[in-house]
Amino acid sequence: MSKPKVATAALSGCFGCHMSILDIDERILDLIEVVDFHKSPINDIKTFTERCAIGIIEGGCCNEENVAVLQDFRKNCDILISFGDCATMGGVPALRNGIPLKECLDEAYIDGPTVHNPNKVVPNDRELPLLLNKVRPCQEIVKIDYSLPGCPPSADTLWEALNALLADKPVDLPYELIKFD
Amino acid sequence: MSQNLETFVKHVCRENGNDAGRMMDICRAVQAEFRCVSPEAMTLIAQECNCDRSQVEGVVSFYHFFSTKKQGEVVIWLCDDVIDEMKGSADVAEALKQELGVDFGQTTTDGKFTLGWTPCMGLPDQAPAAMINEELVTNLTGDKIREMVRELRAGASVKDLVKVPGDGMNADPRLNTMVSNNIRVKGPVIFADIENAVGLKAALAKTPEEVIEEVKTSGLRGRGGAGFSTGLKWMFTRGAEGEQKYIMCNADEGEPGTFKDRIILTECADMVFEGMTIAGYAIGSTEGVLYLRGEYAYMKEYLDSVLEERRDAGLLGKNVAGKEGFDYDIRVQLGAGAYVCGEESALISSCEGTRGDVKTRPPYPAQKGYKGKPTSVNNVETFASVNRIFVNSGQWFSATGSCGSSGTKLLSVSGDCKRPGIYEVPFGMKLIDFLKMCGGEDAIAVQVGGPSGELVNPDAFGRSIEYDDLATGGSMMVFGPGRDVLKVASKFLEFFVEESCGYCTPCRAGNVFIKERLDRIIDGKGDKDDIAYLEQLCNTVKVTSRCGLGQTSPNPVTSTLKNFRGEYESRIQENPDRMELSFDINAELTEAAAITGRMSEHF
Amino acid sequence: MEQNLEAITFTIDGVEVQGMPGQTILEAAEEAGIYVPRLCQLKGITPHGSCRVCTVKVGGSWTCAACTQPIYEGMEVDNSSEEIQTLRKDLVEMLFTEGNHYCMFCDKSGNCELQAMAYRMGIMAPKYPYIYPEAELDASHPDLFIDRNRCILCARCVNTAQEQDGKSVFDFAGRGPHKKIIVNGEKLSDTQLAAADKAADACPVGAILPKKGAYAKPVGARDYDDAPIGSDIEAKVCK
Repeated sequence: MSKPKVATAALSGCFGCHMSILDIDERILDLIEVVDFHKSPINDIKTFTERCAIGIIEGGCCNEENVAVLQDFRKNCDILISFGDCATMGGVPALRNGIPLKECLDEAYIDGPTVHNPNKVVPNDRELPLLLNKVRPCQEIVKIDYSLPGCPPSADTLWEALNALLADKPVDLPYELIKFD
Repeated sequence: MSQNLETFVKHVCRENGNDAGRMMDICRAVQAEFRCVSPEAMTLIAQECNCDRSQVEGVVSFYHFFSTKKQGEVVIWLCDDVIDEMKGSADVAEALKQELGVDFGQTTTDGKFTLGWTPCMGLPDQAPAAMINEELVTNLTGDKIREMVRELRAGASVKDLVKVPGDGMNADPRLNTMVSNNIRVKGPVIFADIENAVGLKAALAKTPEEVIEEVKTSGLRGRGGAGFSTGLKWMFTRGAEGEQKYIMCNADEGEPGTFKDRIILTECADMVFEGMTIAGYAIGSTEGVLYLRGEYAYMKEYLDSVLEERRDAGLLGKNVAGKEGFDYDIRVQLGAGAYVCGEESALISSCEGTRGDVKTRPPYPAQKGYKGKPTSVNNVETFASVNRIFVNSGQWFSATGSCGSSGTKLLSVSGDCKRPGIYEVPFGMKLIDFLKMCGGEDAIAVQVGGPSGELVNPDAFGRSIEYDDLATGGSMMVFGPGRDVLKVASKFLEFFVEESCGYCTPCRAGNVFIKERLDRIIDGKGDKDDIAYLEQLCNTVKVTSRCGLGQTSPNPVTSTLKNFRGEYESRIQENPDRMELSFDINAELTEAAAITGRMSEHF
Repeated sequence: MEQNLEAITFTIDGVEVQGMPGQTILEAAEEAGIYVPRLCQLKGITPHGSCRVCTVKVGGSWTCAACTQPIYEGMEVDNSSEEIQTLRKDLVEMLFTEGNHYCMFCDKSGNCELQAMAYRMGIMAPKYPYIYPEAELDASHPDLFIDRNRCILCARCVNTAQEQDGKSVFDFAGRGPHKKIIVNGEKLSDTQLAAADKAADACPVGAILPKKGAYAKPVGARDYDDAPIGSDIEAKVCK
């Protein structure tokens, strides 16, 4: 019998949540006994070639590419998990939500006190995905089945949740594992 | 300007006894004179009244008709009610924007005009309507409002806009307004002939206890909609400990679609004041306050003159109507645009010169009301009915209407019917009979009791209008074929979001979320999860809110979910891919597209 | 609690509890070692009844705020049914999405009552859409600042200043979703607020904080790192 597939993605975040995935340390050996990792930054598989049981999403959506990836995950995964505060509430990237996009870009590329940009060019290559008006948490773009908050969520949080899901049990985290920071 | 401001504020505060309790009057006067209550003015008022500056700021920011930014000499508040919308307020709005060259919420560069929206101002039977400074203008069209703006620009006063005054007392020089009564059916309680002082003298011939007993015998229940027994309320207030007690008349009729109090106060002001006087005698009070909604400011002068006449006739003041030892007087307190002040304890807060916050209960106003003293707050129509009870009798009154709902009810009708206006009908009338009466028999829906009431479908037209079935404070909004009931519900939610006082979490935040999800479904971007979400959310807001506003604000959604469920089901989408259908990528890329000049590569 | 003839007997979740006339459900429950979740209520100041998180059901028929509702003989209070828990969760989730609560860098994290309430209730992510409102910061005061992004409008600062410090410092302006905390003056430094005032320490969230001494308690030693909010009250039963 083939093992259930797990896919992961890092959207608009800091990759800290993926670090937290790796923080399960030697337990990753136990994990790969029961699951296969499919599309993920960990193994650099770029596209879905088969349906996955679980998709784990780090980060919210700050640009159109994030949205496309998230929607792709929703289409290809049975269970989708928002992993970490950026995915569940926008996180630090969402701090720009109170500021018009133009002002953000000007501050970042032209006016910021540490910026050296004599030609005052804001990067605008067609390879660069367009930014959204506001950074959105994942549940505002696709249906999310489980949310695991934290900045980042601890490795134990993910471990507990994955074990529960793989055993077909409810995800019921102990008090110590629910953290928003 | 600063010198002027200081002199003026000092003067106004002195006129109001340097009493922070009269903050509404003080702020109204400053707003009228300087077209704003500026931060500087707030500091001055606080100094003069020896109160916190934050109290002044709290008040100024709470009421719709106060502003901290300078408004135009002429402020045009166009009515934003759903009925006005049906009757063409969008055309009027467009004409105003064109004519003035500004949008809503803005002031013309010459400082002459400010344009704003305001919720139902009690004129849906002559919609679209607007309030221009304190003058109400009715039956508007784009051309009509353009002409008015031109006249005002040419130097006419707002009173000059009244070419043909309305019917009845509206033509009285003290009112001289284009507002009409539109009384369609007269009944035996409110609109039957009555002679001044007859009821009052009959009441004063009894002991206060007997007066309360007579009111209990009549079976009179509060006409604001909640239907609490008037006799009991008075009994509790009379029985409460306290030397001073107060009577308050709730003339803050803000429930959209309700305008009966406007007509009662126009045509039967004496009846109301007489009812208040009888109430004062019954509970042992020497002072009554009639709280008049800011939208009805045009009536203030008239009502004051009626009070003056009553004083001259010995019906107010010392030894009222010759009754030794019974001293009683009434004053009119104006509001400044806040629906929540129709809630009795919020009304008291407002009269005390603070934000219109609802008070924590218990204690109830009957125990601890205005200025901390026992207070009975009753509706305009209730007081008018009291007067009739003492002209005829409690027994007579209880014989009218239905079992459990004695007397008559004034219904204010608007929307898709041939004869909008005021109807005085006995309680217990079937809704269908009423619809025939007002020419609305082809209605697809009737909003009974305003947004906080229930939107009923034709299956319910056989139900009767009374407290124990279809309860209403008077608002009856008729919707004919082709009207979208979910859009009506959305409009009502918009109203509640704006009118919530913001005190408690569910009403402040929950209504915003209800509206968001309802609009999602209206836009065809909802799925079945959204219906379940709405049901749970509405229940939470309803059962956890602190006052009647939040406890009823989900009603437009809960009643349409119940009575017009098909409207929801036909609009929700199958969602096999489990996307959030409301997320619109193109709408989310507008800023980036404008900045980069590129289109999406992904979508 | 002192027993005397006037004591009122009522039940909370079927457990018989005694209280004194005039006590609220919340107060009487607390003395009996029963925790009723709350955010706006603070011991020693007039209950405000605004957050509604202490909502309980009485007699199986009507709901009220336990912080303002006085007890009466024979009252049957539901403080823990699934129905009540759902209502409370909804309210806490509303507070999260109507404001800007970025726990990851907030000084108050770990000691924040709103956050702790979400932990206790097992809220993983709010179901409501985020509003991301614009809110003002006031850092004019030398020792304290107001961050309105985090304010839950509980009035604990307003009433603590009034009732315990004897000062008028805070109040509210605006209404509905535009309601916000204001100060008695044009800015915080115009007020009489002092760092040592009780009001400076009354905020349940990170809306009023001292400028110095942030993150004083390390992770692991913060108020709600190990035990849920309310545990101290519940611990009384075990005595």
